[in-house]
Amino acid sequence: MSSFIALIFIGVAVLFILGIKFLSSPKTARAGNLVAAAGMFVALLALHKTTGESVWTQGWNLNYTLIAVGTVIGLILGAVGAYSVKMTAMPQMVAAFNGLGGGAAALVASLEFLRHARDAEAVAVAVTIPMLFATLIGSLSFSGSAIAYLKLEGKFEKPHTFPGQNFLNGLILLVILGLCGWLTINATGGSAVNGFIVMFCLALFFGIAMVMPIGGADMPVVISLLNSFTGLAVAADGFAINNLAMIVAGTLVGSSGTLLTLLMCKAMNRPVTNVLFGAFGSSAGSQAAAGGVAGTVKPIQADEAAVLLSYASQVVIVPGYGMAVAQAQHAVRELSDELGKRGVEVRFAIHPVAGRMPGHMNVLLAEANVPYDQLCEMEAINPTMDRVDVCLVIGANDVVNPAAREEKSSPIYGMPIIEADHAKTVIVMKRSMAAGFAGIENLLFYKDNTRMLFGDAKASLNALVAAVKAS
Amino acid sequence: MDTNILFIFILAVFVGFEVISKVPSMLHTPLMSGTNAIHGIILFGGILVLADADTPLKQALGFVAVVFGAANVFGGFMVTDRMLQMFKKKKK
Repeated sequence: MSSFIALIFIGVAVLFILGIKFLSSPKTARAGNLVAAAGMFVALLALHKTTGESVWTQGWNLNYTLIAVGTVIGLILGAVGAYSVKMTAMPQMVAAFNGLGGGAAALVASLEFLRHARDAEAVAVAVTIPMLFATLIGSLSFSGSAIAYLKLEGKFEKPHTFPGQNFLNGLILLVILGLCGWLTINATGGSAVNGFIVMFCLALFFGIAMVMPIGGADMPVVISLLNSFTGLAVAADGFAINNLAMIVAGTLVGSSGTLLTLLMCKAMNRPVTNVLFGAFGSSAGSQAAAGGVAGTVKPIQADEAAVLLSYASQVVIVPGYGMAVAQAQHAVRELSDELGKRGVEVRFAIHPVAGRMPGHMNVLLAEANVPYDQLCEMEAINPTMDRVDVCLVIGANDVVNPAAREEKSSPIYGMPIIEADHAKTVIVMKRSMAAGFAGIENLLFYKDNTRMLFGDAKASLNALVAAVKAS
Repeated sequence: MDTNILFIFILAVFVGFEVISKVPSMLHTPLMSGTNAIHGIILFGGILVLADADTPLKQALGFVAVVFGAANVFGGFMVTDRMLQMFKKKKK
């Protein structure tokens, strides 16, 4: 590698790091994304082969036509997906793009491996291991993301489990690792090609087998994990074909994705092993739901709720995924604006796992033009909850359940919650008394200061807005 | 293997952890999407193997890798930008 290319790659690495750093503040986040994209463009110009020669200086041939056509097709697919996807379907879109990246990483490694194997070219173990790693992790990420996508689309979203499943999956993984070990030593010849193809197929199957037992509600954690997997596969590809930019970019994604996965699990108060192997909600949740709850549910009508809201001085709104499903974000913003005009201080309390991914709720509210300085994180809002006059809970359930604080036997015990019950009055907007995804009763609904406003979130909100305007 | 590359790899692991740990949870979704776009750099891996492909099978597989990689990198950056352009401050 010439020192000129080395310098360019230092620049590329700095652009990627700055890009991710700018993403850490709402003010600079959009610029951060563009900085990272600029890094990608610079890396493209400096693209070089293992031998060090630039890709762009050799003569044009059929392969270059294929590269151009393939890039344009991918560009069109990506653009159509990116601009047509609904904001509520964002997790699926990330899963899809991630799966494609994983598939590409696996294919690149496979082609490199097969080239070496067919040419019976002596190849260093330090190159074989990254190639096998990238193939295994990349194809696993591809098939796992496909299943995650389907689960988020509502296909077989229940956990699929059978006795001995973890044992069987462990066995498959052992076979895959054994094959990889064997391929490391016997990396050339026809039997290596056959062994490699078997390993590739098993890795694809393992991706499916790994994600199938996990429930739809846990898919964001899975996608985040697979995102970091793809990053590592790309880094391994970088080792195999000696491309520094791929190593740095892939590694940054790998380590950040791992950290993000752990943060998500922490917000749900569940160890990552429990998410991946626990098949959540299948038994523990339903048992806890069987125990009765003392207290009665007190309904409220929209008119009365509107009066409570209009004459409050501080209102906190707790939005949940139910609000997004009802497409009620714009109605929520209207209500908040209307109350703001009357001098009521309105804030939104965002639980770290509200929506379907951390930060998903912020995106949904931002789409409805709610200014982000009105959105407060859980840690900031909880200490002020005692002074809040009305807490309006819209389509959120488990994240406001006091059982997380009070009931040691509850499956969500210990999970950090938004302490809605500390407000003077709590109004819960809900379609019915059905339980949330954890499948447990919500003690909040039975508290003395809680009133239930039943009905479709959007219809109820429109009624509230009309009533506030009239009062 | 060149140990310098290993050195860079280890440093990148730590930089990734350090830079991310400061991101507020409200930006986690755009962040996941943005990092997802960055691993779209695999497009270049696809370009490199396709440039050297010498059989129809390798050309076909390399072509698929380029399409996948391009969809990942372009779609990833576009969808992240679409999310982030909505994060606005209240107009005074």
